[in-house]
Amino acid sequence: MRRLMEGSEAMAEAAIAAGCRFFAGYPMTPFTELLESFAKKLPGVGGVCINAESELESIGMAWGALATGARAATGSTGQGIALMQESLSEITRAELPLVLFHMARGQSDYFQATRGGGHGDYRHLVFAPIDVDEATRLVPLAFDLADRWRNPVQIHGDYLLAHTSEAVEIQATRFDPLPPKDWAVDGSLGGTGRARNINPIGMEKGRKGIEPEPFWKRLQAKHDAMERQEPRFEAEHTQDAELVVVAFGTLARFARYVVRALRREGQRVGYFRPVTLWPFPSEALRQAVRSAHRVAVLEMNAGQMIDDVRLALLGSKPVVAIGGISSDSAGFGIGPLLDSENVRERVECALAGREVSA
Amino acid sequence: MSTQHETVPATARKVGLEKPALQYGVDHDLCPGCGEPLALRCLLETIEELGCAQRAIGVIGIGCYTALTPLMDVDLVQALHGRAPSVATGVKRMRPDSLTFALQGDGDMVSEGLQEVIHTAARGEPVTCVLLNNGVFGETGGHMTATTVLGQRTKNSLEGRDAAYHGHPILIADLLAQLDGTAYAARASVHDAAGVVRAKRMLRRALEVQLAGRGFSFVEILTMCPTGWFLPTAQGPDYLAKVLGSVHVVGELKRDGRFVPTSQLAAPGARAS
Repeated sequence: MRRLMEGSEAMAEAAIAAGCRFFAGYPMTPFTELLESFAKKLPGVGGVCINAESELESIGMAWGALATGARAATGSTGQGIALMQESLSEITRAELPLVLFHMARGQSDYFQATRGGGHGDYRHLVFAPIDVDEATRLVPLAFDLADRWRNPVQIHGDYLLAHTSEAVEIQATRFDPLPPKDWAVDGSLGGTGRARNINPIGMEKGRKGIEPEPFWKRLQAKHDAMERQEPRFEAEHTQDAELVVVAFGTLARFARYVVRALRREGQRVGYFRPVTLWPFPSEALRQAVRSAHRVAVLEMNAGQMIDDVRLALLGSKPVVAIGGISSDSAGFGIGPLLDSENVRERVECALAGREVSA
Repeated sequence: MSTQHETVPATARKVGLEKPALQYGVDHDLCPGCGEPLALRCLLETIEELGCAQRAIGVIGIGCYTALTPLMDVDLVQALHGRAPSVATGVKRMRPDSLTFALQGDGDMVSEGLQEVIHTAARGEPVTCVLLNNGVFGETGGHMTATTVLGQRTKNSLEGRDAAYHGHPILIADLLAQLDGTAYAARASVHDAAGVVRAKRMLRRALEVQLAGRGFSFVEILTMCPTGWFLPTAQGPDYLAKVLGSVHVVGELKRDGRFVPTSQLAAPGARAS
């Protein structure tokens, strides 16, 4: 049954339907309502939601819950995610299946989401839903893929995603069976000589010292496989497009709307959206822009995703920025660019080969 | 990669010591005269004696003692520096029947992670945090921590810790003991055999408090670090008892709801527990 739900509540329900039984968080706009929803809903299903005293602690608590084999999540906005970076790196190397809800302020945390601010070599799968409906389908997929790859997965949303109400249906999604979590600690193997040690540096029980290099090389191979297998995207009207507009997250909804409208008017314009910010769907983008004379990148920041677009196209097409910094006075990212007329003007500029004034 | 020595040294055998059941071996990579292997032994023996070997989950901080973890035959989660109490919280909430303990040093718990341990205690999380306190960052080579006592020389307090310049040491057991969520808090020292016995008794009480679901429990164990103190190995126990032990005084600070601050604990060894 479809119900009208705010994005935060819908994502929390989707997580719980996917088996999430632990959440820890610290309030911060626009993430706060996710914490509220988990706090309200988890106890009723035998789960736990802790009001952590800092983001450092919320990620630590999720780390512990994950180590026991539970499905667990945490989240914040860019500033709080910045505080979590040390743990995010280590959790990735400890191969724990964290789902991280990042409700960003606007789109200026693309680098943080895709490159990370933590130490060492690590990668996270990053989903950027376009709307609440897609978010409710990506959240269960995030939990499944986190377990499958034993790697953190980020749901990268923003103020609009967290706070827009849409009619959605939350259903338990069926996935292929997962391998048992025989790596999880439950205390049962103490004294057997087979006790476990969940650690990020390749420690082995009964042996002195650490062996990080082979351990980290194995992780690199895993991340390479994720990069090959997990890119996801959405594309429309790219077949004969002279201009392809690339956008992500909720801003892409404006881009898609404008492209559809221009198509109805006979303009040869296409639309491309990375659903996964990492791995970036480079091959799909190369296919999508084959007929294009120009590629326009629409993002609400000083130019971040445009790096990935350029890397994907390697100079084969002119790439222009048609977005820019756009914020409300609170910095939550509800700026003047979130307006279809404004987006339309910029796309028309790119079509005509004119520069977009910032 | 060296192999473990399964045999107990002859001197230890003479006094009836055997390899603890929950230890893979007795050989370790830490310095001669270090107190941390002793403290670890106390903890593992106590877990075994409580019959909890197959429900124990340890969360380990970062310090010299991290190198001891491959010796521990119990389920472990390696945490980051300062973060073990939060990780232990997540473990315990999802595995309430486990015996969950965190093992941290003074740099880890009192310098880097002070907020985490205080909030964990305040929430009354039924976990046991064990602090190995030697008053220095041993792993980096003898630097000042938040528990370094006044006058103590370290590599970054060369003329001795000066209150006006470096600030005062934190008596972490006092901070934790006065919180309502803390059911048990005690300070031990492994500088001599009596201290070891007492440390084990305190660990047992702390773990029993957890098993009874009575709240947060805490045991601070003062350990020798002659390398980090720039002393001959044999002087370690005496320095620990006299220098660190005169500030971080051994005793029980919280038991059965009664809080006794360090200032009211008698001189080392004077109060039986």
